[in-house]
Amino acid sequence: MVSIEEYGEYETAWCPGCGNFSIIKCLKQALAEQDLAPHDIIISSGIGQAAKLPHYMRCNMFNGLHGRSLPVAQGIKMANPEIPVIVTSGDGCSYGEGGNHFLAALRRNMDLTVLVHDNQIYGLTKGQASPTTARGHVTKAQPEGNRSDGFNPVATTVAMRASFVARAFTGEPGHLVATIKEAMTHRGFSLVDILQPCVSFNKVNTYAWYKERVHILEDHDPTDWAAAMTLSEEFGDRIPLGVIYREDKPVFGLGGRLAEHAYDKNDLKAVLQSYT
Amino acid sequence: MPEKSVNIVIGGAAGQGLVTIGQLLSKAITRAGHHLLVTQRYMSRIRGGHNTYAIRMGEEEMLGGTETIDILAALNAETLDKHLDAMSAGALVVAGDDLDTKGLNALRIPYEKLASKPLFHNTAMLGVLGRAVNLDLGILEELLRQTFAKKGDEVVGANLDVLRKAYAWVSDQDHDFFCDIKPGGPKGRMMVNGNEAIGLGALAAGCNFVSFYPMTPATGVAMALVAKGAPLGLQYEQVEDEIAAMNMAIGASYAGAKALVTTSGGGFALMEEGVSLAGVSETPLVCVVVQRPGPATGLPTRTEQADLNLVLHSGHGEFPRAIFAPATPEDCFYLTHRAFDLAETYQTPIFILSEQYLADSYRDVEPFDLDDLPEVAAPLLEWKEGDYKRYVLTDDGISPRVVPGFSETLVRADSHIHAEDSSITEEKSLSVAMNSKLLRKGAGLFEEVIGPDYYGADNPDALLVCWGANLGACLEAMDRYDGGKSLAVLHFKQVYPLREEQFMDHLEGAGRVIAVEGNATAQFAQLIARETGFMTSDRILRFDGRAMTWEYVLKGLTDIL
Repeated sequence: MVSIEEYGEYETAWCPGCGNFSIIKCLKQALAEQDLAPHDIIISSGIGQAAKLPHYMRCNMFNGLHGRSLPVAQGIKMANPEIPVIVTSGDGCSYGEGGNHFLAALRRNMDLTVLVHDNQIYGLTKGQASPTTARGHVTKAQPEGNRSDGFNPVATTVAMRASFVARAFTGEPGHLVATIKEAMTHRGFSLVDILQPCVSFNKVNTYAWYKERVHILEDHDPTDWAAAMTLSEEFGDRIPLGVIYREDKPVFGLGGRLAEHAYDKNDLKAVLQSYT
Repeated sequence: MPEKSVNIVIGGAAGQGLVTIGQLLSKAITRAGHHLLVTQRYMSRIRGGHNTYAIRMGEEEMLGGTETIDILAALNAETLDKHLDAMSAGALVVAGDDLDTKGLNALRIPYEKLASKPLFHNTAMLGVLGRAVNLDLGILEELLRQTFAKKGDEVVGANLDVLRKAYAWVSDQDHDFFCDIKPGGPKGRMMVNGNEAIGLGALAAGCNFVSFYPMTPATGVAMALVAKGAPLGLQYEQVEDEIAAMNMAIGASYAGAKALVTTSGGGFALMEEGVSLAGVSETPLVCVVVQRPGPATGLPTRTEQADLNLVLHSGHGEFPRAIFAPATPEDCFYLTHRAFDLAETYQTPIFILSEQYLADSYRDVEPFDLDDLPEVAAPLLEWKEGDYKRYVLTDDGISPRVVPGFSETLVRADSHIHAEDSSITEEKSLSVAMNSKLLRKGAGLFEEVIGPDYYGADNPDALLVCWGANLGACLEAMDRYDGGKSLAVLHFKQVYPLREEQFMDHLEGAGRVIAVEGNATAQFAQLIARETGFMTSDRILRFDGRAMTWEYVLKGLTDIL
């Protein structure tokens, strides 16, 4: 059995009290409980404090560019469909800079687990609005209040019938571990939008704010799309946590492991012959 | 220079089938054992406009097209109007009998009589053109059988019927055109264009991954891979944008694929961020950039050589790269194969800088030799010598590359300046050490540079310096020049890095050095000046979106000398 210690302990660049600490701990726990060793998985991440996560744990990783964690992850998955690929990045990286990639990835439906550290603010650049910041939220860069509506990742992904859509909260670690495990065992594109208060720059969506509002779903049938759609709009006085929507769909990219691939020279000769 | 060649130009509106006629005729010409070179000009529209498909057919290999037309196959009146000035003495017009052929030597096809439906007009045109250049009827028949086999016997039969009638019809016509290209040259040759040859070179190197966003004129590379690579285990995806294409290929390469991306200038502009990522993360990648004129949307379907600076300077920061510029389909094949080996060996992006003219230019080529190709380098699947550090500092800058997921070796790739173990560092000396390591890989790449090819007189009065697909036009212009000065051609198929010792003697030994380029600012001449301090004395530049021809070079030469 893999123990959580195998993933190591590292000094981080995260602020004390940051939700990222809970996410990395819960991710390690979820991996250990699935008996996945550090070399059994690959983590792809973008840029931002969240995206540094794989630097702080023993594992295979590709820490790439801002917004580009999903294209990299999908390339990895197509080159090696046999290894679990986890994407871990922030709301700006996933829904802003990488927005087009996000929409395309959920349409493509590769077997990926996407963990979005959603703190509704740009933390690393010190407090500007992010795609999930609510309208009216005042920041230094939006002194008159955010002039755009916040992006609702759950509603968007449910509307597009993503294969697996869940919401979790760093203040509910047990539930977060279970949700990550469920997302990883689901075959297809799995989104876990993780509410993760930014203790330095988000003075609105704090731990206390969330604690008052979140509730773990009990009687929801995630295969009921209409019910999921209604539930996905719920983000105010009450915020549901859990698997919002789930659908088994064809999974993209199930070829062989390309590193072991060698073409048959006779096949290529036949290809050349087709040009004569 | 070909002693004998016939230039057949098929012209018409997009959607009239000129490419279909052109490709069938080209294939038949190749199968008959003739040499050929195709130049395609088209517009950015699906129907209408004016497009041409020019087949230069000869007894010897040709490296460039020509502007003089010997047979003009007109699918509409506009084609006739546009090309009358370019007709050679005794040229032949082939057109429907509804078009006014202006009293020229013409075969006016009675489509109504030869074909029961307009659907078969192109087959009639093929039969007439085939007969006009003395192709064996059997070759044309076999080609139509193969082409329409999937549509059933009835369609095959109807087309054969029209073909035979049209072929026979020519014999009874009164015309002066005489094709003296002798049949029976080399048999068994392939007909490929530049894009296809790049795709085949990639497959021969073990390429098993391509991600792309469609963009003219580069799409054909991906299309060739998709069409021919699937049985060889190729994985592919048409992605949401070029940024995704680049990053997806990088991810695939990290995980052990031999990955390629293909695009044109505008798409490549989007990919640049990823070029830099491949550089710092030391991920092998082959990137094909097929040039078309810019800036921005420019002349989207035409040709140019103006993206050298873009590719040369692409990506922020500093890391090594190599850039190849093929002149022929053979170059496309062998240089792409080499690009994969270099990318894998030096773990850095390697570029194929092609151009629309070459991309769409079919040639007859000797089947590519798969048996003598050198082995392409490959990553390790496991590290057995203690702790593995992805970016370990080495003398040659090359760190052993392992693919994740095949062993307990952890493989950690990173976009930051990093320590040997891939952890982020901002420590001064380590940052310098890591950047220096990256650049040390460039020394190895430099050692492997393919020097330019030199043709013509020693110490000539004038030396034409060219790169990429301009080689043919330069060689033919040199051969046809009779102005009393000695000439030579220096052609670069690798445009970066440059090794002075491979060519400086040639530059310094020539009276005048003339840069021949398909751009407005002589980008390659400027690169030579930057790298060597050598200033070219003259320039022949073409940037009207059309391919360089021997006529254009010869005129430039005459003006200069």
